[in-house]
Amino acid sequence: MGKVAFVVGDDVSTDVIYPGRYMATVLPTETPQFAFANDPALNTKLNAKLVPPGSVLVGGKNFGCGSSREQAVSCLKGWELTIVASDISRIFLQNAINLGLNIITAPGVEAAEGDEVVVEGAKVVNRTTGKSWDVVPLPPARQAIIDAGGLIAFTRKRMLEARKKG
Amino acid sequence: MGKTVVEKVLARAAGLPAVSAGDVVEPRVDVAMSHENAALVINQFLEIYEGTGVTAHPWDVSKIAIIFDHRVPAESPKTASNQKKIREFVDAHRISRFHDIRGDVGGICHQILPEYGYVRPGQVVVGTDSHTTSHGALGAFSFGIGATEMASVWTLGVALNVEVPPTIKIVVNGEFGPHVGPKDLILHVVGKLTAQGANFRVLEFHGETIRKMSTSGRLAVCNMSVEAGATSGIVPADEETIRYLREEAGVTDPIEPVVPDADAVYESVVTIDVGALEPQIACPHTVDNVKPISEVAGVRVHQVVIGSCTNGRIDDLEAAANIIRGKKVAQGTRMLVFPASGRVFQEALDRGYVSDFMKAGAVVMNAGCGPCLGVHEGALGDNEVAVSTTNRNFKGRMGNPKSEVYLCSPAVAAASAVAGVLADPRKGN
Repeated sequence: MGKVAFVVGDDVSTDVIYPGRYMATVLPTETPQFAFANDPALNTKLNAKLVPPGSVLVGGKNFGCGSSREQAVSCLKGWELTIVASDISRIFLQNAINLGLNIITAPGVEAAEGDEVVVEGAKVVNRTTGKSWDVVPLPPARQAIIDAGGLIAFTRKRMLEARKKG
Repeated sequence: MGKTVVEKVLARAAGLPAVSAGDVVEPRVDVAMSHENAALVINQFLEIYEGTGVTAHPWDVSKIAIIFDHRVPAESPKTASNQKKIREFVDAHRISRFHDIRGDVGGICHQILPEYGYVRPGQVVVGTDSHTTSHGALGAFSFGIGATEMASVWTLGVALNVEVPPTIKIVVNGEFGPHVGPKDLILHVVGKLTAQGANFRVLEFHGETIRKMSTSGRLAVCNMSVEAGATSGIVPADEETIRYLREEAGVTDPIEPVVPDADAVYESVVTIDVGALEPQIACPHTVDNVKPISEVAGVRVHQVVIGSCTNGRIDDLEAAANIIRGKKVAQGTRMLVFPASGRVFQEALDRGYVSDFMKAGAVVMNAGCGPCLGVHEGALGDNEVAVSTTNRNFKGRMGNPKSEVYLCSPAVAAASAVAGVLADPRKGN
């Protein structure tokens, strides 16, 4: 984790993260260019490569609400962003875990662009302001998927195990 | 200890005697639904098998449903190529529950699944669409997942590592006033719970108002449960569910309703009386920004949209036709109607609603998602306002971040088309 590149508000929907008109684009290698496509400030900054990998996007409540479109996750993962938000909508959180997007729930988290934000133990710490917030652990059921390196690898392993058992 | 519907459904599907909220289970999936995003599901599915030497074949093709609805007919070569790729996969694997772009059996996935009897009470239904919550209207546990998770379901036949969600019981009593109905109820619920109020939870609907409600109305209610963040909306199956499945969906095999125990444990109980409920409007740009019509009537409207998986069924078109019949869409306002399926379209033709709409100046389009998600048609100009029976009003949802979308019932939408401003259908025109 590192510098905060973007601070977005509450209820940032997947329509905002990845507008519907780009949904015919499905390849994770092609989706990043359309991240926040309706927001010229954010989209231009990303495509101009002004946001180094590991930068942080700080969201408010209900981040990633709305559509289940997985492109909303793959486009952010493509830029290697870390998402820290007060709370995260269920499907977005699961898609993030499945695809290996770094995502952290920290209720109340506050930061400004340029702040240095890190995880220390079970807390998110804003080193610029000195404030910190508790991290809500991911659903325990999902940890096995993260440990396996994502849902594709996890499913592949399960499929091969099932075949061995016959 | 008593069990909720979702606890009973997941216990059965996981082969366990009982489960409770918070348990982690791997339920067998009964219906696995995708639309055009099956193109991505196919990619991920093939990647699971890559390098394993195992031939990729879905676990049970009879449980997969693929329905084209988001961009029909295709708006671009890219979409057309995605649809072509899906057709080839469907042919190769002999997926029979495939609904292509057709006037007879085509339509929106959340209308096709109930219409063709694919969903039954007690089933586990997953779909690569957030509004998969709809099918809880038939007493199933039905939830939205991403494309990679669907690829995993196609491979293993189970939903991996599902946490049994806690349930919020919503008890609805009272009789709707004139021109007030299921859409107003669910908008009111979303406003009350807020957009994340039911995140990771199930909404289970009870009360005399729900018992008297048609399956069509229940589908609208469960459809928009996701707008409060809910994993699924569920109406426990009853006589109306059985009537719908037998008479409208043509189901002949046994139907086994799953109902909650009288002492089921709910996280909370919310009681609503709809007797005094006004038509409800979700104002820009969040679905929980809900106000009664009396507070927002008069807003200038450029485009009215009637349709979608929320409100594109025959009784929705009936409510709109009854208001617009013999009248005209206001100058400076355009009205677009999208029936939810070919079957609904045919019935609207037979009943004369299509003629009512066209004579009034509305444009009746083919069945599909239409302008709801801003990918296909019915785009809005800068600073234009839409009044729509769809389910989302997020900034840019209909394609233009400089436009605004108000969500409402078919009755409010039709009255607004005639008035040219957001209008209360109870006041006449």
